[in-house]
Amino acid sequence: MSPINKPVLLDEVVNDFVVKFANVNGSGSASANSMFAKAIFRMGIPVSPRNIFPSNIQGAPTWYEVRVSEKGYLGRRGGQVELMVSINPQSMTQDVEEVCPGGYFFYDNTYPLDFNLIRDDIHYIGLPLTQITNSNFSNPRLQQLFKNIIYVGSLAYLIGIEFSALESIVSDTFAKKPKLIQPNVDALQLGFDEAKKAFSTPLPLQLKRSNKNDGKVLLEGNAACGLGAVYGGATVCAWYPITPSTSVAEGFEKYAKQLRVDPETGENNFAIIQAEDELSAIGMVIGSNWNGARSFTATSGPGVSLMQEFLGLAYFAEVPAVLIDVQRTGPSTGMPTRTQQSDILISAYASHGDTKQILLFPATPKECFELTADAFDIADRLQTPVIMLTDLDLGMNEHICDDLVWDENRSYDRGKVMSAEDLINTKEKWGRYLDVDGDGIPYRTIPGTHAEKGAYFNRGTSRDEFAVYTEKGADYQRNMERLEVKWATAPKHLPKPIITERDAANKIGIIHFGTSLEATHEAIDELSVAGHTANDLRVLAFPFHEEIEAFIEQHDQIFIVEQNRDAQLKMLIVNELEIAPKSLKSILHYNGDPISARRIVAGVTAHLDTLSVGKKDASASVA
Amino acid sequence: MSFYKPSFRHPEAPSNELGLTAKAYEGGISTLCAGCGHDSISASIIQAVWGLNIEPHRVAKMSGIGCSSKSPNYFLGKAHGFNSVHGRMPSVTTGANVANRDLMYIGVSGDGDTASIGMGQFSHVIRRNLNMMYVVENNGCYGLTKGQDSATADEGSKNKKGRANPFEAIDLVALALDLGATFVARSFSGDKEQLVPLMKAAMSHKGFALIDIVSPCVTFNNHAGSTKSYDHTREHIQAASVVDFVPMAQEITLDQIKGSTQKVDLHNGDSVQLSKLSDNYDPTDRHNAIRTLLDHKAQDKLMTGLIYVEPESDNFHEMLNLPKTPLNELKEDVLCPGASTLSSINDSFR
Repeated sequence: MSPINKPVLLDEVVNDFVVKFANVNGSGSASANSMFAKAIFRMGIPVSPRNIFPSNIQGAPTWYEVRVSEKGYLGRRGGQVELMVSINPQSMTQDVEEVCPGGYFFYDNTYPLDFNLIRDDIHYIGLPLTQITNSNFSNPRLQQLFKNIIYVGSLAYLIGIEFSALESIVSDTFAKKPKLIQPNVDALQLGFDEAKKAFSTPLPLQLKRSNKNDGKVLLEGNAACGLGAVYGGATVCAWYPITPSTSVAEGFEKYAKQLRVDPETGENNFAIIQAEDELSAIGMVIGSNWNGARSFTATSGPGVSLMQEFLGLAYFAEVPAVLIDVQRTGPSTGMPTRTQQSDILISAYASHGDTKQILLFPATPKECFELTADAFDIADRLQTPVIMLTDLDLGMNEHICDDLVWDENRSYDRGKVMSAEDLINTKEKWGRYLDVDGDGIPYRTIPGTHAEKGAYFNRGTSRDEFAVYTEKGADYQRNMERLEVKWATAPKHLPKPIITERDAANKIGIIHFGTSLEATHEAIDELSVAGHTANDLRVLAFPFHEEIEAFIEQHDQIFIVEQNRDAQLKMLIVNELEIAPKSLKSILHYNGDPISARRIVAGVTAHLDTLSVGKKDASASVA
Repeated sequence: MSFYKPSFRHPEAPSNELGLTAKAYEGGISTLCAGCGHDSISASIIQAVWGLNIEPHRVAKMSGIGCSSKSPNYFLGKAHGFNSVHGRMPSVTTGANVANRDLMYIGVSGDGDTASIGMGQFSHVIRRNLNMMYVVENNGCYGLTKGQDSATADEGSKNKKGRANPFEAIDLVALALDLGATFVARSFSGDKEQLVPLMKAAMSHKGFALIDIVSPCVTFNNHAGSTKSYDHTREHIQAASVVDFVPMAQEITLDQIKGSTQKVDLHNGDSVQLSKLSDNYDPTDRHNAIRTLLDHKAQDKLMTGLIYVEPESDNFHEMLNLPKTPLNELKEDVLCPGASTLSSINDSFR
C-alpha cells in the first residue's frame, strides 16, 4: 500500500487551511463536527463551518467543510482541501479526489483501503477507529457516537486543537446531564492518545491560539431570526415545515419558551401554529396582523410560491406581515438542501395584479437578528408584507459575527394605528384608505377598538378612501396611485445599502447582497493584489435607495454578484432603475455550493481580460 | 336586488340588555338576488347576536370569496369584517382568533368556498377546535360564476340546464362529525325559528361550531329536479329536535311538540334545550349522531337541528396555553426581553 512516489510535504501553515469531514448522515457526526469548529472558535481563530447535507434522514453521504482563516475570510474558499476526514466508505472515491497535492486523507484503517483509492501525491493517515471504539464500548449506539468524538480527539493531536477548548465545550453541552461529561472527555482523550501513539509528529497544518473572536459570537442565521422575532415582539408564528427554514420556527419556539412564558401563570405569551400548508400559514399571519398582533412565517421557495395569492391580498388590503424566506435551490427533493439566492423576483413582484413587495437581505446572523426585529416595525409602519430573503448557507450554518446588540432606548414602531381616543378626537372624518399625511400611508384601526367608529369591511380592492364598496375605475386607479406614493416613502424606513469605498478613483464597482458578502470582500482583496482595485456596495433592501444608482454611475465597470442563474437582482435593478442591461456584468454562481472568492475573482478577471483583449484588437484593426 | 333600504323603524321595537334595537345590528343593503337564502341567514345572524346581547363591534365577520362571502357586508355594520381569499377564511380567522381571544368570530362561507377550494382549511380548523361559529350557506352551486355544480350538489340533482350531477356529494355535517367537530348543526335558511336559537347556541359554544345551512340559490338552483331548491328542502326536511337556546339563569319555557326533552349545558353556563322527535336520539353521543344522520340520508330525509354537541372540550386557546389577556394587548415590556438578557444569550453562542 505504499505509493511509489513520495508525496510532497506541505510547508507548515498556521490557521489557514480547509478540513472536510465525510460522514454518513444520521450517525451523530453533526454534533462532533460542530464541537470541532467551536473549539477553533474558542481558540480565537476565525472559522467558518458549512454543512453539505442530503435530503435524507439516515445513511446517505453528508459533508462538513471547515475553513480556518487567520485573516478572517469566512466565505467558502473552494477548491481542494488540505485535510479530508473520511468516515464514510460510500463517498471515499470522491473524497480522495478532493484532497490537494501534499494534503492528508485521514481514514479508518480497521479495514484495508481499496487500492483504487491510492493517490501517490497525498498522505494517508490511518487510525483503526472502529477497532478502538469497539474495544472500548460495548453498546452499538455508543460505539457509533463515540467514534465521532474519538476522531475529534485524534484531530486535536494532529492539528493542535487545545484540549481544554474541547473539554469546555463538552462541559457546556452536557451542563444538564453532567454524567455524560466524563465519558465524552475520556473518548476525546482516547482519540488523542491513539493518534499520538500512531504518529510521532503532528501535521504541518496547525492551529495556534489567536485573538480574533473577542466580541464575536458563532451561531446559525435561522436561530438569530427566531430570536429577532422574539425581540421584535412577534406573538404569533404560523409555519409549515420545509428545509431550510424549519429551524427559524424552532429558534422562535426555543427562545419564546425561555423568555415569554408568564412566570406566575405558566401561560405562553406567544402562539406557535404548525399549519396544514404554507397557504394556511400566511393566512394566519395576515389574520393575526390584521387583528393587531405581530405575526410572522418562515418558509422557502415552494412556500413563497404557494403564498402568492395571500401576499397580493395583504399588499392591496394593506395588512402588515413578516415572511422569512430561507432560499434554496429549485423544486423537488435532493438539491433543495443546497443554498441559492433565487427567489428575488418571485418575492419582489409576488402575486397577481400590480404588486411590489418590500425585501430585506441580511448577510450575517447579526443582521438576521436585527432585520427580523426591524421587519415588524417596517411592516407595521408601511402596512404591507415584508419579505426577508436569507438562504440555506446563512440559515443552517454557524457563522461568526459581532455580538448581537439591542438598543435599550428603541421602542416598537406600531405605525399609524387609531386608538379609541384617536377616533373620538379626530376632527376630520376617518377613512381607512385616506392619505392624510401625503406619504401614501393611511391610518388603520384594530377590530373591536370602538363601538361606533373605526369598523370597516377589509377587502383587496373595490373600495374608496372610506372603505365603502365601489367598482368605479377612477376610485381603483386613485388607490393604486396612493400605493405608489407609499412605495416611494418606503426606502426612508428601510436599511440603506452599505458602500465600502476603498478609493473614490476606483473604476470597478461590485454590487452584492446577502451571503456573497464574505466571498466578495475576500475577492476584492485578491483583485487589488493583482492591480484591480474595486469598491463595493451591498444591497440590504428593496425598493432601492438612490445610493445604488449613484454607485452605478460612479464606476466604469459594475459587477453584480449573485447566487442564481438568471441574474435576478440585476433584472430588478435594470427594471426599477432603468439602467442599461449591458452596462452591468453578472457574476453568477448556482451549483448549490455557497459562492467562493475564487469564483468572483475568476469572473471579474475574465471580463477585464476580454476588455483589454478587445481594446488591443480594436487598436490592431485601426492600425 | 334591492337598491333602497327603508329607514323607518317601529318606535316600540324591542331593545336588548344593552339598550340596542336590532337596527344597531344591521349592515349595508344586500346586493344578492331577491329571495336569496343568504339574506335570510344574515337576518338570523342579526337576531341571534342581538339576542345574545353582544356589542356589535366585539364581533369579527370573516369570509372567503363567493356570494356567501359577500354577505357579511349585509349584517353588523359596526363590526370589522375581513373578506379574504377564496377558501382561506379558516386560516385568516385562526390567526385573528389567536391574536385576540375576546372577540366573537363569525365565519361565513359557501359550499364552493368550503367543500372544494377550502376543504383543507375547513378540515384543519375543525381539528384545532377554534372558538368560532362557522356558517356554510350551502346552495349546491357556484352562484357568482353562474351556476356550476359544487361539491355538495347531490348525486342526481339536476342543474339549470337539466344535466344530472354524476358525482357523490360531500356531506359537510358527516365530515365535521368524523373530524371531531365539537358542535355540529344543520338548518335551512327558510326556518328562522330553528336557525336563530341554533346560532345562539353555536356562538355560546366554546369551540368550533358548524352550522351547515341549506340556502337555496333562487337564480341557478331552485328549479324542479334540484335537491337544494326551496320546495325540495321543505319536502325532505326532518328536524331531529326542536331547539331552544336558554341563557344562564333563565326559566325554561320551551313548548314541547312531542317526544322527550333534553337539556345540554354549555361551558359558559348557558344551555340548549331540545325537544326530540325520538327518545333514542342523544346529541352528545357522536356515534349515535353519525348513525342517525346516515339513517336519515338513507330515507331521503334532510336531518336538521343540533346534531352533535360536546360542551366541554379544550379549544385552540387552551391547546396553545394562551394567557387570558389577548396577545394583541401585550405590551413591549412583556414582549421584549431587553438588552441585558441578550448579553447572556450572546454568551451561549461562544
